[in-house]
Amino acid sequence: MKDEAENVSDGSSRRNFLKKVGVGVGAISVTGIVGSSLLKGNEAKAKSGKLVKLLSPEGKLVEVDQDDIKSAKGIQPADNETVEQHKLEARAGLPNRKFAMVIDLARCKNARKCVEACQEGHLLPKDHEWMRLYLLQDDSTTSKYWFPRPCFHCDKPMCVSVCPVGATYKRADGIVLIDNQRCIGCKFCMTGCPFSARVFNWKDPEVKVPEGHVYDPETNIPATEGTVGKCVFCADKLRLGELPRCVSACPMGVIYFGDILEDTVTNGNETERFSKLMTDRAGYRYREELGTLPSVYYLPPTQRMFPVESGLEDTDKSIKDRYKKVGPR
Amino acid sequence: MEADRKLITDLTPEIEKTSIKWYITFFIFLAFFAVGIYGLYQQIDKGHIVTGMRDNVVWGFYIVNFIFFMGLSYSGALISGVLHLFHTGWRKPIIRMAELITIISLIIGPFFIFFCIGRLDRLHFLFLYPRIQSPITWDVIAIITDLVGCFLYLYLSFIEDFAILRDYPDLKVAPWKKKLYKTLSLGFTGTEQQHKILSNARMVMAAMVIAIAIIVYSVLAWIFGVTLQPGWHSTIFGPYFVIAAVFSGTGLLIILMWIFRKIYHLEEYITQRHFVNVGVLLTVIAAFYGYFTFSDYLTKWYGSIKMDSILIDKLFTDYYSLFIFANYIGILLPCIIIAFPKFRTIPNITIAAIIAVTALLVNRYIIVIPTLETPFLPIQDTRPDWITYSPTWVEWSLTLAGVSVFAMLFMLVSKIAPIISISEMQEKDKNEIMK
Repeated sequence: MKDEAENVSDGSSRRNFLKKVGVGVGAISVTGIVGSSLLKGNEAKAKSGKLVKLLSPEGKLVEVDQDDIKSAKGIQPADNETVEQHKLEARAGLPNRKFAMVIDLARCKNARKCVEACQEGHLLPKDHEWMRLYLLQDDSTTSKYWFPRPCFHCDKPMCVSVCPVGATYKRADGIVLIDNQRCIGCKFCMTGCPFSARVFNWKDPEVKVPEGHVYDPETNIPATEGTVGKCVFCADKLRLGELPRCVSACPMGVIYFGDILEDTVTNGNETERFSKLMTDRAGYRYREELGTLPSVYYLPPTQRMFPVESGLEDTDKSIKDRYKKVGPR
Repeated sequence: MEADRKLITDLTPEIEKTSIKWYITFFIFLAFFAVGIYGLYQQIDKGHIVTGMRDNVVWGFYIVNFIFFMGLSYSGALISGVLHLFHTGWRKPIIRMAELITIISLIIGPFFIFFCIGRLDRLHFLFLYPRIQSPITWDVIAIITDLVGCFLYLYLSFIEDFAILRDYPDLKVAPWKKKLYKTLSLGFTGTEQQHKILSNARMVMAAMVIAIAIIVYSVLAWIFGVTLQPGWHSTIFGPYFVIAAVFSGTGLLIILMWIFRKIYHLEEYITQRHFVNVGVLLTVIAAFYGYFTFSDYLTKWYGSIKMDSILIDKLFTDYYSLFIFANYIGILLPCIIIAFPKFRTIPNITIAAIIAVTALLVNRYIIVIPTLETPFLPIQDTRPDWITYSPTWVEWSLTLAGVSVFAMLFMLVSKIAPIISISEMQEKDKNEIMK
């Protein structure tokens, strides 16, 4: 995955993370490929026959067909017709797909790599974060746990119902997107969303967009002043058959992503049957009673890999300050 | 058509001449308005970051003002409609004011939505890409319908007055005003048939504006009610908003009656009787409004669904004084003042009305803001200084600008049209009215 290799060269935090984990660039690439072949499903496709050597997450050398490695096409100049065509495609979504995410709360330790990858990947301005990490405690008698929250991409999305201009929409593949060239900034969707998943561009985001870049609702780059933004499930990556950025960035393998129709989800390392994961680990959706039918599922924080407190150990003061008022509710 | 000179001089004090007081007052309001324009410029230039709104409290003072002004408007329509429909005799000197409240606040209200919208340049998208599922689209349709309906209703009540002013021989006004009266009176000469048509039309419109006002304000309430947010997701919100609107509008009517009576020396026309009658109306509405408020909070508190109880905790801690003022003092005190006949003096009733209107504005604030500060997921992982809301000077300046425009529009109307309907006052049953 060329783009990821490029990303690594300009994202210093990403590089640090890779050093820490002690795996080479290849690991990420293979991670992506596992996801990609999985997401591509049954599509039969002629392969080039050229094999490329890569390093697997376990440290083994593997050979992969070159055609399985794709470059990102998200950012490139295009003429008006293809832009319009793409906008229509971005509204329709990928055929025969129903994407879902499973977040394993037992593994999360607030490493915040998902947030960083999301910020970098979508060129998001400071204080405008799509992925949030909550430190929840349901009651004073129960334990705290880290709770990563992307957009839930609900099947009955309040935000879409209340939008007066159709700027935010639900696609056939389950993804909810925002066309920030349509958004009038009324913020009704923000009050409609019960999960605080949406953020507003309160000022000019001052995003440096690569030359020739064309706006695409699937990435929502660039952020635009006076409009609403939120997690897009990395719809651009999915179109290329790759995993969302937060999934591949997470060092703990917290986030699984996949297709409910295929009953398969992967966190890059492990691939599981979605239904089995739900049964074995008692998967649930946050605030099911609200009836918005989220596409994001959670696995309860049982037999945790890390103590909760470790989530605040290596963080900056500015991050610690964000959790000052945490308590049971 | 004839009318006696005294009526015209008394009821149109600003048409022929402009007093120095008028200019001074007008320029003071204009100054406030200018500050508001500067605030708006800042907001457009630097973005909404200059307001106190952030990712949790995305609707702030602007929306509060929007609901408030729209409420005044609908209640103006309701009051004048109901009084007209039931041929209430004493309504005649004050009905024009209620109608003017309707139209003027209806013009101002939507501007607060414009201030709140992030992309004002895309406002026309509401018409280009409308989605009927969205309560905002309902509101756009409703407000436009209401604007048309209320303008018609107001205009119908003006036709006869314009005809009187047109026909009055020595009215010392500029030629353009004479021309204006001629055009606007639509050739009304006071024949029996014309009277009949006009009276029928006003009757129909009175009934219509009542219906429109109820529907339109319910739609506004549903913008909140249809969401899942704690505190907003309530079946009572439609009727609750309607009654709250009438409460504020009745209060404002009393305040305006007092101001106009004082400034234009209308003691002869607006008497204690009017204050007491409208005051009693205010008390009755306050009782309903208090009952709705109590009912809404009681169910939330007693059932104590977790999010509801967190919200109520917040109301009784962070918002304690505002809550007590809005929902106890603001409702009970006006009731007490007006309920006892010995307290019913004009200044007392006016004070009660001022308390009522302020309390309702605060009530709007504690409906909108605390709910947004109590999302289902606790507010975390965000800049600590972005958590709580307080309006900035930009929001205050635009709020004051709104109030100034309200006053200025009233003043401008008084330059052109009678502030009390002349035609109504010269009717035969004048004695009955003034009794």
